[in-house]
Amino acid sequence: MSFLDLDEWLFEVAKFADIVYSPVASDIKDYPEDVDVCLVEGAVANEENLELLYKVRQRTKFVISFGDCAVTANVPAMRNMLGSSEPVLKRCYLELGDKTAQLPHEPGIVPELLDRVRPIHELVEIDLFIPGCPPSAPRIQAAIEPLLKGEQPVMEGRSMIKFG
Amino acid sequence: MSVVTLKINDIDVAAEAGKTVLDAAREAGIRIPTLCHLDGVSDVGACRLCLIEIKGIPKLLPACVTEVAEGMDVTTHTPQLDEYRRMTVEMLFSEGNHVCAVCVANENCELQDVAIEVGMDHSRFTYRFPERGVDISHPQFGIDHNRCILCTRCVRVCDEIEGAHVWDVAGRGAAAKVITGLNQPWGDVDACTACGKCVDACPTGSIFRKGSTASELDRDRGKLEFLVKAREENQWTR
Repeated sequence: MSFLDLDEWLFEVAKFADIVYSPVASDIKDYPEDVDVCLVEGAVANEENLELLYKVRQRTKFVISFGDCAVTANVPAMRNMLGSSEPVLKRCYLELGDKTAQLPHEPGIVPELLDRVRPIHELVEIDLFIPGCPPSAPRIQAAIEPLLKGEQPVMEGRSMIKFG
Repeated sequence: MSVVTLKINDIDVAAEAGKTVLDAAREAGIRIPTLCHLDGVSDVGACRLCLIEIKGIPKLLPACVTEVAEGMDVTTHTPQLDEYRRMTVEMLFSEGNHVCAVCVANENCELQDVAIEVGMDHSRFTYRFPERGVDISHPQFGIDHNRCILCTRCVRVCDEIEGAHVWDVAGRGAAAKVITGLNQPWGDVDACTACGKCVDACPTGSIFRKGSTASELDRDRGKLEFLVKAREENQWTR
């Protein structure tokens, strides 16, 4: 949503970049080969996230850890303090469940939760970090604009690297 | 008043004998990042952010508890010191549960400020996610141990300015935590005068006023310094 806050600057991006995969801005289901830049948002919480992250790293030249959840694991990781995924699932689906309380288990359809939610740089190599919850549109623009020109952005100071 | 002369970052500095290197650097307009230092209370050298190099001394020393000496040659910023400072802040973030997005002190947090200052865009250390408690038994305040960095500012401000000594540190290593009374719920501690100085002293969102929501906790740091000045120098205005 914060990315969409870039408003009319998105037209500038569109001149230089093709969107080849996105959970919200395209309907392509498979992550393609030979991608130049990928903004990965969100922490790694389940098996599907993990699989996709490995695929993204393998097929992308420049991977950006985008937003606090990807950079620090943030709010999703607050379940890590409970030890594993079990207490959360039990609370959610059994204790607060209605008459048909049951733990979700549908291999291949519902991805299994990982025991620990992790920031993405703990799992794959990252080329740039854009913290923020969410990163503001000006911060996103200041980070991406240089990349379009083949330059590395300067990630310094409150406007660029404040968490939260 | 005797005066000593020393060099800080190759600048000649004159400082009152008995002052700390941190004081001398500040007077000379040189900024050294700190977290456990709080104007108005004693220094303990807990956070190690103000580590400096002194020529002839093989180890790094904290500027806040190192006294100035004649002919001292101090360096406050080198690539190595800057790297150590960044690592220290990264370790502080990895060690506790600092979720800025849902913190009362977001935008008004010294840990956050220092992370920006040292250029931390992520932590290279694995997050520990320790299991820690929150005590909201006090009618006005709360303590969230998840966000505590053990700077002990609350301990010192309560002891040295309020004179109540409600706070202390218990436990060792990873189990160390600040406690109220004899490790009682804060609300049960009779010695607490509910003055709120610990809330004003806390650098993070660990000690807060009840009812504050995310990003709402703005502290009055100047109040503590004012109280000390008022008592010591009879200056009752600010």
